[in-house]
Amino acid sequence: MSARIIIPFYIAGDVLAAVNQPLQTVEEMRATSLQLRRDSLEMIYGAGSGHPGGSLSEIDILVALYFGVMRYDAADPAWPDRDRFILSKGHASPGFYTTLSMAGYFGREELSSYRKTDGLLQGHAHPMTPGVEMNSGSLGMGLSFALGHALAARLDGKDYRVFALLGDGECQEGEVWEAAMSAAHHRATNLTAIVDRNRIQNDRFTDEVMTLEPLADRWRDFGWNVITCDGHEHVEVLRALETASEGGPTAIIANTVKGKGVSFMENNPAFHGRAPNAEEYEAALKELA
Amino acid sequence: MATQRASAATRETYGRTLLTLADDHPDIVVLGGDLNVSTFVHLWRDQYPERFFDFGPAEQNIVGVAAGLAAAGKVPFVSTFSVFGTGRPYDQLRVLISQPSLNVKLVCTHAGILTGEDGMSAHGIEDLSLMCALPSFTVITPADAPETEQAVRAIASTKGPVYVRLPRAATQIVHDNGYKFEIGTADLRKPGSDVAIVAMGSLVAPALDAADSLAGQGIDARVVNLHTLAPADEAAIIAAAQETGAIVTAEEHYVHGGLGSVVAGVLARNCPVPVEMVALYGYTSSGPANELMEKNGLTAAGVEAAVHRALKRKS
Repeated sequence: MSARIIIPFYIAGDVLAAVNQPLQTVEEMRATSLQLRRDSLEMIYGAGSGHPGGSLSEIDILVALYFGVMRYDAADPAWPDRDRFILSKGHASPGFYTTLSMAGYFGREELSSYRKTDGLLQGHAHPMTPGVEMNSGSLGMGLSFALGHALAARLDGKDYRVFALLGDGECQEGEVWEAAMSAAHHRATNLTAIVDRNRIQNDRFTDEVMTLEPLADRWRDFGWNVITCDGHEHVEVLRALETASEGGPTAIIANTVKGKGVSFMENNPAFHGRAPNAEEYEAALKELA
Repeated sequence: MATQRASAATRETYGRTLLTLADDHPDIVVLGGDLNVSTFVHLWRDQYPERFFDFGPAEQNIVGVAAGLAAAGKVPFVSTFSVFGTGRPYDQLRVLISQPSLNVKLVCTHAGILTGEDGMSAHGIEDLSLMCALPSFTVITPADAPETEQAVRAIASTKGPVYVRLPRAATQIVHDNGYKFEIGTADLRKPGSDVAIVAMGSLVAPALDAADSLAGQGIDARVVNLHTLAPADEAAIIAAAQETGAIVTAEEHYVHGGLGSVVAGVLARNCPVPVEMVALYGYTSSGPANELMEKNGLTAAGVEAAVHRALKRKS
């Protein structure tokens, strides 16, 4: 059992969470995000299918979590004291897999097994992959599952935190609000929900499909603390995650751009769930250089 | 003349048995959905409040939270009515529990049509079909209180997802104190060589009564209690077919996807013989439980008639 390594993390003089390694400065996080965006597109292009839009929108949040806040031991994915990250929007698995690989859960060479027969990396995240906590692919389930971990921490007297990343379109699922109501009722102070608010879902813009606003008020009305931040500014995400540790449950509405980093994918519903062709892939890599 | 037997409500047995497991199984937690008095887990709620969570009637969330607790090493027992615990959160049972094979025990009461007067929506006649379609789940239907007690003890000590089906009404006690329940091993209630009645749950006692009546007519009927539908005891089913040549299944469940379907599947793959199925062939209406059982032929007389049909088809 590896001991928790406590390193104070300084940004502009503020002490953020005590974290594990590998730890990155904000400058390094920016470079990591760029790398993970390239790797995610390479995975999706190699597989010929997948979900680029939501992977590109979530990556800065994942980088802040895994290289700035969460404590874990990649060599011991089942470490009982680890912080839990639950990807509820399981279709955005490439962004998650590239983060897990960078964090040391498995080698970079595994990324090419994405969506391949007998590969380690399933189309939607599945716990057969080291570092993946929950089976996914059916929306709305992750917050309930995260609450289960949060309640288990209380029963076991452990101080780990539980983070669930939800899509904004996913918040149209009724189970999300069943879970939200019950997390507040059962005072799950160690639970943080992060909504990747990229404003696009499978078919088109969320506002066209089903009105989500006032989204922050809705979480607040269910008994949650709410923090809004720019989901692409690592410092803002880090501060939000730190504030959330002061007692929850807390929802972080992270405003993001679907397809972030690639001009023709940004705010384009077409790239929610389709792979780039060869020409698009080349063009995207140039933009992410 | 039917044998007189004592009766007991197996859901009460369930609630009382859980209490006896609390000390030896510190990881057991119980989750309910505002039906905790009916399912008898209120006994646990009152004694172990810190190990009990109520979520109201929000079954998708209950099952999702149970999956998270199981992933964190707890042994969650989830209890509500069978119609709410299986159909309503089916996708959560499939994705969060069956596919990763998490250690959740779903013990549902008020299954079948013994909910009588509450009517069609309260009659849980599809649950076995749903649960047997989830590859990781063990599916158990105890026949009476002694079998329920042993089944609850057994699943607490066995890893993996389990569904247990209990009725509302008291069921006749067909097992004595010497009975040994084993998950997945069929319970031979009565030997016999002319025909085999494979029964389950509330139909085990009527099957035994039918066998008694048939004995008076010179027909030697075997009675097998197939308490575990998944994984089914294929060897016992095949032996019953090979040694008797005709099978009658008897269940308080829709004819598709329950006991009859499972037994017929095993026989079609291994040893085809005539099969008659005593089961529900559609929805039924409100009414006293015994009248509904009568109306749908889920009685000793119904089983006996099916035996005669099966014997006629025997070559």
